[in-house]
Amino acid sequence: MTTVRAAATVLAKELRLEFRTRELLTATVIFALAVVVLFSFAFDPTPAESRRYGPGLLWIAFLFAGSLMLNPSFSREQSNETLDALRMAPISSFAILLGKILANFIFMSLAEVLLVPIFAVLYNVSLAGIIGRLVFVLALGTLGLTVTGTVFSAISAHARMRELLLPLLLLPILTPLLIAAVESTAALFAEQPSLDRTWVAFLAGFDIVFLTASWLLCDYLMED
Amino acid sequence: MKARLPLTILTALLIFAAGYAALFVAPEEKTMRAIQRIFYFHLPSWIAMFSAFSVVFYANVAYLITRNRKWDALGVSGVELGVICCTIGLITGPLWARPVWGIWWTWDARLTTTFILWLLYIAYLLLRGLLEDPEKKAALSAIFGIFASLDIPLVYLSNRLWRTQHPQPVILGGQGSGLDPTMGKVLLLCVIAVFCVMILVLVDRYKLELLRNECDELRFAIESRGVESGSNPLRADEPALGKAGR
Repeated sequence: MTTVRAAATVLAKELRLEFRTRELLTATVIFALAVVVLFSFAFDPTPAESRRYGPGLLWIAFLFAGSLMLNPSFSREQSNETLDALRMAPISSFAILLGKILANFIFMSLAEVLLVPIFAVLYNVSLAGIIGRLVFVLALGTLGLTVTGTVFSAISAHARMRELLLPLLLLPILTPLLIAAVESTAALFAEQPSLDRTWVAFLAGFDIVFLTASWLLCDYLMED
Repeated sequence: MKARLPLTILTALLIFAAGYAALFVAPEEKTMRAIQRIFYFHLPSWIAMFSAFSVVFYANVAYLITRNRKWDALGVSGVELGVICCTIGLITGPLWARPVWGIWWTWDARLTTTFILWLLYIAYLLLRGLLEDPEKKAALSAIFGIFASLDIPLVYLSNRLWRTQHPQPVILGGQGSGLDPTMGKVLLLCVIAVFCVMILVLVDRYKLELLRNECDELRFAIESRGVESGSNPLRADEPALGKAGR
């Protein structure tokens, strides 16, 4: 079986598992929403301030939600030792990782699709005319978040206190991603929206670096 | 190791000489006055930190390729040492910045990068503490270490693009950088002295980690045998260990 087909099979399994309960998605959306709402109590921003702080708030909410949501990706394989079964399948270890990365990417994107309109309404940010570019920026940022997050979820699944450990590992690593994602989103929320090429290229570079590293290191990551 | 005592004494003399030179031999800086002398230890600790983390990257890659536990020991020793150097840098920096810049801290590229570096490698140490199986601990922390090393240039680049305030280097700034020749020599002495201390500590820490690894592996083997036979692991296996001549 080729890596792509095997990854698609793992992806289908992850999606089926999630859409039977939808508990992960629901929890993620509600958590991110809570962050967005709490922020408005903490800072009580005026419309101009919303435009200034909005991109940062949005990405902080995504990063926090992601660092919680990505935890079960590997740890829920542990209760029935199902990761061993996956490893025994005649597929490459990158296929397993890629399937899980894609599944997490889809979950995170779905959460964002629900959250961004609510954010736009609550903080009076107009999305008209920038939706295509915003989706592009969100996709690049989310890919970087899910690639590193899925790999670290595989690492922290073996540790004690893994729910606490994953954010500790993930958040510092994501600093460059946060800066680039916030800056490119801010350029879109500005009076004259534009796609900031430097930061978008930086986001793409981040994704490529860590996707390549995951591909190179996944055999070591998945071994028993 | 016979050379250890003379080397330790030599290093002690060297660091003493460096301290003396930094405080009394080097000329006073024109505008910053005495506070500038902290730089003679700020820069060397930064260089030592950078070298330590380079060793860590090398050790992490070497561990994954060779599976030799000595590389894991070198990796964790390097991280601990790097974190100490990083902490020294993060303390001496604000001490200097308060009188010179008028603020303790600023979110400048180099400062931010160092801070993130510190957080990342503290996370590395935390991760090691929370993993039980020695093999898993070594392999997973090596993977995390490689990810952290890859992240550092990105952190620096992103902050560089964002904003920067840290003074530009004057040390290798060429003819017109305004560096007094004595200052250069004192700085070189300090770099060498701090470096020698770091290597000495690294070698000791590395040996300690090898011993600790051996203990951990024995303990882990005893516990997993105890679980299999269902008896009290430590008590049941103690006599067997004694006979093996450990």
